[in-house]
Amino acid sequence: MLELQNISFGVDTDAGKLEIIDDVSLTVADGSFTVITGPNGGGKSTLAKLIMGIEKPTSGKIIYNGEDITPLSVTERAKKGIGYAFQQPPRFKGLTVRRLLSLAAGATLPEDECCSYLTGVGLCSKDYLNREMDASLSGGEAKRIEIATLMARNLGLAIFDEPEAGIDLWSFSMLVKSFRAMSSGRHNSVLVISHQERIMDLADNMIVIADGRLKNQGTKEEVLPTLMGEFNQECDFRGKENADGKA
Amino acid sequence: MEKLDSLLLQEIAGMHDIPMGAYNIRKNGEGLSRRSTANIEIRPKTDKPGIDIIVAPGTVNESVHIPVIITQTGIDDLVYNDFYIGDGADVLIVAGCGIHNSGDSKSQHDGIHTFHIGKNAHVKYVEKHYGEGDGLGERILNPVTAVEQGENSVCEMEMVQIKGVDSTKRDTKASLAAGAKLIVTERLLTHGKQEALSNIEVRLNGADSSAQIISRTVAKDSSKQVFYYNAVGNDKCRAHVQCDSIIMDNATVSSIPGITANSAYAQIIHEAAIGRINNDQLVKLMTFGLTEEEAEEIIISGFLK
Repeated sequence: MLELQNISFGVDTDAGKLEIIDDVSLTVADGSFTVITGPNGGGKSTLAKLIMGIEKPTSGKIIYNGEDITPLSVTERAKKGIGYAFQQPPRFKGLTVRRLLSLAAGATLPEDECCSYLTGVGLCSKDYLNREMDASLSGGEAKRIEIATLMARNLGLAIFDEPEAGIDLWSFSMLVKSFRAMSSGRHNSVLVISHQERIMDLADNMIVIADGRLKNQGTKEEVLPTLMGEFNQECDFRGKENADGKA
Repeated sequence: MEKLDSLLLQEIAGMHDIPMGAYNIRKNGEGLSRRSTANIEIRPKTDKPGIDIIVAPGTVNESVHIPVIITQTGIDDLVYNDFYIGDGADVLIVAGCGIHNSGDSKSQHDGIHTFHIGKNAHVKYVEKHYGEGDGLGERILNPVTAVEQGENSVCEMEMVQIKGVDSTKRDTKASLAAGAKLIVTERLLTHGKQEALSNIEVRLNGADSSAQIISRTVAKDSSKQVFYYNAVGNDKCRAHVQCDSIIMDNATVSSIPGITANSAYAQIIHEAAIGRINNDQLVKLMTFGLTEEEAEEIIISGFLK
């Protein structure tokens, strides 16, 4: 189980201290599929980075399986079974997709196993195994390979930051299928930052983050209906359109 | 063969034993052993140190190994090797130099290589430089390579220096006739106070000739690297020069491009980039459970592969 206790994260700017995450407490139960959603710039990615250890909170505690992991490094958290798929995956000159998957798995993977992970994210494996994870890959391709690196691991908690971004409509169904399999498969808990209804549909726990704060948490039946109403009001142009009587 | 000799040979030429095909092994400034084959003749020069390697026209799927090893301190070895590759031949040439210097005097090897590549011939040339030994004596390698490519010939040159060479100054010149193709891959890692200078000049003289120069280097500690790459297009041709360097610690890297077109039909591109290892790359590999040092090692070895 993952528990965030009063997590805050701020940065110093010219205009003073900016709170990106403000006193967020939440729990992610074992075996759950949790979707974090909310407006852009609300602090979702920062929250994911805090859980992975890429950023350190200014205050608060992160408890994972009963242990305070707040002081632990990225490497130590990874060894405890936490994994993170970047929203914008870094590129590596000279590192093949096959090697990257093997590094993720922590052992040299047989070809058929690599292929099955790539197929799972909608890539034709024979075209990609020996390709380098460099700038020659399109954004969508790199993104799918990034997701595959998490599939190659046995994780207690798998975090995906907007896995759907840059993925074409045709591959999206395949991806949803893979996430569905994941939620009942090898990873114990899955935490996905997403704006996609079809991914939210998989959730048994939903968290809404806006302005760095926890706005809502509950089942999708409880949270989904409140989403549209809440953010309509924050959306200026939509308000104006409605006032003009246009659709 | 002594143990140290075979370790050095393995490092630079991947040789576990006496190689198949033609070979010439040079040790501490003298020829150690040599073999010619029916199609590849290795002949010692009579006027100066070095050998002539003559590959008969039409020779295919054969290889020549010409490694040089230096195990004594204070050796200053200058050698001239001339390659004559017959028309239509297809050969692999494995060169390279390994220096083990455990003394306090400098050990130096300067290999002056000239390639005369015939029409339609295909040469793959692999050269590895390696240094070791705990003495104070410097390990210096200053290779000079001149390549003359005949019509429609292909020359692939792979030059690698990963470890232990204190100072290197490399001069490479190539001229290409019509339809000839040159691919140069240079990989270099410097550390400590090492210095490396590499000059490459390619003259594309014939129509439809092409050249590709790919350089990937890593400069660590207080080491210094300087690259002057110059591509000159004298006819309808294509050339692409690509230099990528990872810089670390207190190292310095200069990459100085030179491209010249003397024909309106020459297409020449130079790309160069110098930068640190990206933090996201390190973090990504750390999310797999690797330490920062392990991640750095994987990024560098992948980059230099």
